[in-house]
Amino acid sequence: MQISDTKCVGCGNCTYVCPMGAIYIDPKTRQAAINHDECVECYACYNGLSKEHLPPKTVRLTRRLMSKLWLRFEPDADICPTDALVPDELSWPRVVRRAFSDPRVPHESTGVVGRGTEEVKTNDVSNRVDVGMVGFTIEFGRPGVGARFRQIQEMSMALAALGVKIQPKNPVTALMTDTDRGIIREDILDEKVLSAILEIAVPVERVEDIIRTVWEVEKRIDTVVVLGVATRCDDDGEERTVAPILEKLGYSLRRAKTNLGLGRTHIKVIE
Amino acid sequence: MTNTLHRYGTAESFVDDYVIFALPAKGGGQEGDPLPALKRFLEIALEYNPVNVGDAIHGGGTRPTEHTHAIEHFARRPTKPDFKKVVDGIDAPTTFSAVFSTQEDAVAFVKRIAAEGLGLSVNISSSIQNALTCCKEAGLTRHSVGYSLGFEGIHDNATNRHVLALSTMCGHGMISQSLAKKMIDFVKENRASEDKAVAALSRFCSCGIFNPVRARRIIREACRKTF
Repeated sequence: MQISDTKCVGCGNCTYVCPMGAIYIDPKTRQAAINHDECVECYACYNGLSKEHLPPKTVRLTRRLMSKLWLRFEPDADICPTDALVPDELSWPRVVRRAFSDPRVPHESTGVVGRGTEEVKTNDVSNRVDVGMVGFTIEFGRPGVGARFRQIQEMSMALAALGVKIQPKNPVTALMTDTDRGIIREDILDEKVLSAILEIAVPVERVEDIIRTVWEVEKRIDTVVVLGVATRCDDDGEERTVAPILEKLGYSLRRAKTNLGLGRTHIKVIE
Repeated sequence: MTNTLHRYGTAESFVDDYVIFALPAKGGGQEGDPLPALKRFLEIALEYNPVNVGDAIHGGGTRPTEHTHAIEHFARRPTKPDFKKVVDGIDAPTTFSAVFSTQEDAVAFVKRIAAEGLGLSVNISSSIQNALTCCKEAGLTRHSVGYSLGFEGIHDNATNRHVLALSTMCGHGMISQSLAKKMIDFVKENRASEDKAVAALSRFCSCGIFNPVRARRIIREACRKTF
């Protein structure tokens, strides 16, 4: 992403909307600038900011005159008054940043927008996580810090060393050169993304091992980790196996995603 | 979807937060055209007072605006969501979501969707108890459950809890913590109304799962106290 120096009037609105805090006002130019190492090409600024097309010279003059009177030109906080953000044509490896960070761009490996994970949201049709199994989503970078693939690799290698199979239909897996060892291709290890998710499925007996490994790795990587743990319910809809394990590990379970079991192999025809 | 799953807050803070979404299965396990069924899902949702609806490609009911004439700079921008625009703009099968702020509306919607038999997978993302209640009232049994274990190292007593609660309502991370803090401060200073602040945040959520009712409550609370 770039900021047009002919259009930007330095109002500062964009500096607040970047989830990575990568946009700032350069005191020399008094215009917005982007720290491209921290920018994850999520397009939150470009897609999220509303646009006006005010004439930049007029706005700059207005701002200068108003500042003499200790007044301020203040567009709504979610507007770029001059539509000054300009998307770049991205090439490899930087294009990987956008694939993982811009939720409107589908991943080539899964065809899904967002982080491209399946989890148990269609488990009533796919049976992806079967009885006796537990699916983990290990998410890196949210909220608001991002993650580099080098950090994600620390986790994937630690899990692979436990003999855990990384789920194949996942965008991070698609970037691995060795899924048995959890090794991600070297040319993207320093690329930063807003968030990325590793997915694994293990027998329920291994839940505690996995969580303890995640805790250990999480301490040495400089990002935030958030865990999701998914399982089948019993025939009566209760879940009696995994919740006690998680609570024993000290988790207070409060929020979940619940599949209602309404999915079928045939979708209803709507006239 | 993890975008609906991990929201910062205690179980009590989800009292007005029911995200219900539908999607087709991928990978060949399902037959039929999902798009009409997904559209029907949203049309039915509109009968039960949703606070937001959307799809994962186009976004929710409150979207960024674009002015074409300079004079529009002085016009007020809409703060109420436009759900008709959401439904009219549907053009591709993806995940479709509806957000409800009361148990009554959520339960009624789930009952209706179950009866409709669309064949799509339907999930509720909320507190565990909220989802259990919806299932029991609708006569459904849970098929699978995905627990959120929370953000490692970020506890309930985080000092910036209101900012976290607001920014994590967009599970794709599109609402920056800086903007969430700015909107709290603007309302606190009376530089923006609650409606305006909530609409500003809502415009950044690209899949329509942002809950404006919960957001308003969080902002109101943050204006009165830090903890």
